[in-house]
Amino acid sequence: MQEIPGDLKFMKSHEWARVEDKGTVTVGISDHAQGLLGDLVYVELPSIGDTVKAGSACAVVESVKAASDVYAPLSGTVVAVNEALPDKPETINEDAYGDGWIFVIKPDNLAEEQEELLDPDAYAELIESEDH
Amino acid sequence: MTHKTILNETHRALGAKMVDFGGWDMPINYGSQIGEHHAVRRDAGMFDVSHMTVVDLHGARTREFLRHLLANSIDKLKVSGKALYSCMLNEQGGVIDDLIVYYLTEDFFRVVVNASTRDKDLAWIGKQARAFDVKVTERADLSMIAVQGPNARDKVFGLLMPETRAKAAKIGKFVATEGDGLFIARTGYTGEDGFEIIVPEAQAVSLWNRLRDAGVAPAGLGARDTLRLEAGMNLYGQDMDETVTPWEANLGWTVTLDEGRDFIGRGVLEKQKADGGHRVMVGLVMDDKGVLRHGQRVVTRNGDGEILSGSFSPTLGKSIAFARVPAGSSGTLQADIRGKLVPVRVVRYPFVRDGKAGAGV
Repeated sequence: MQEIPGDLKFMKSHEWARVEDKGTVTVGISDHAQGLLGDLVYVELPSIGDTVKAGSACAVVESVKAASDVYAPLSGTVVAVNEALPDKPETINEDAYGDGWIFVIKPDNLAEEQEELLDPDAYAELIESEDH
Repeated sequence: MTHKTILNETHRALGAKMVDFGGWDMPINYGSQIGEHHAVRRDAGMFDVSHMTVVDLHGARTREFLRHLLANSIDKLKVSGKALYSCMLNEQGGVIDDLIVYYLTEDFFRVVVNASTRDKDLAWIGKQARAFDVKVTERADLSMIAVQGPNARDKVFGLLMPETRAKAAKIGKFVATEGDGLFIARTGYTGEDGFEIIVPEAQAVSLWNRLRDAGVAPAGLGARDTLRLEAGMNLYGQDMDETVTPWEANLGWTVTLDEGRDFIGRGVLEKQKADGGHRVMVGLVMDDKGVLRHGQRVVTRNGDGEILSGSFSPTLGKSIAFARVPAGSSGTLQADIRGKLVPVRVVRYPFVRDGKAGAGV
């Protein structure tokens, strides 16, 4: 398993969020989640300009085994999507926290909503407890 | 209670991701399901299928019993070692299970049935066997390893003693032979050539390790599922069950309506065939992105149907499926994927033959 980068926040449903310097938030699914799903074969991206609410489904990742919704960790507007993923969904398997990012949000109320997210230690604890 | 095969620790040591499969703790993959799929299509892979149920039938009237029990005709088996694929039906013509039966001697036939249906199969076979004085023995002492792929047979030959090797090299498809304490059948569930080897439990781990040393890649049940779907093979529980007749599961080719043989379910099958108009099972290919999955609705001009087995095909790079649809559905249908209607093409399957897309797929 890949080490969890310290600058990420997580949802219990295994999405990660990284607050960038310019105030936008990059979103992906955790390395643990890609491991559970297995080889990814399809990614359905949101559209740029979509308004999303924290906790709402806004992308889909499908592996050979199953389809899984990706939830928005924060409310805001989608300002970028990873156009490389539809052709190379396996990028998420290979680099979930890097090249496997899925979309970027310009958050509406970052300060308040990010309090709801888990820090890396709490997330590590969560997946540890799920494994048993 | 979760059952474990004798290879359980071996799978774990290889880093397998284990899942519950019909009450068995089995490897779904050893890292990459798609990688394992390609290993079988291009070279050789092996599956632990020890969870499957081996049942030996003994008695002077065993052939007569199987004439009654099976929808396919056991009388197609005239030479010792020959195998037959058949459905076992209930009185309503519904499929209790699909199985492979091997003819060994007139008073000894071997049957291999699914793991998930073990209890009801044993009960049904036992009940039907009483009238024929046939002894039914489950062989829980045996393990089974399927070695599949274009190079699978060669890799197995290298592990056999000369006499057994000669016998194994000689057998045609759907025939079994014995030697070195192994029951070696040229059968499989991947569409590739290869063997399914039944081995005494005590030798199974050593056989697995020797196969691995010979370059056979361990493959999990995930790859087994995509391989068999590409090969156009039904999965019990997903493509057919007790509410479905062989006609409705595209298994008509396994039903023999031979003169004067009263097999269980025959009356219903004959009536349904004569009436016509029953649902049919078709193969579907989706050219758009996305994955067809079990349970999705299929929209046709004649009414709705549903996806049975559906998955991503690693060989074709797109999604394929079986669907049960109203009679007369053909051409382009639509699948309901999360509320969006996506076009799907009805095609003849196998979807993949000799490692390539089948004609029209």
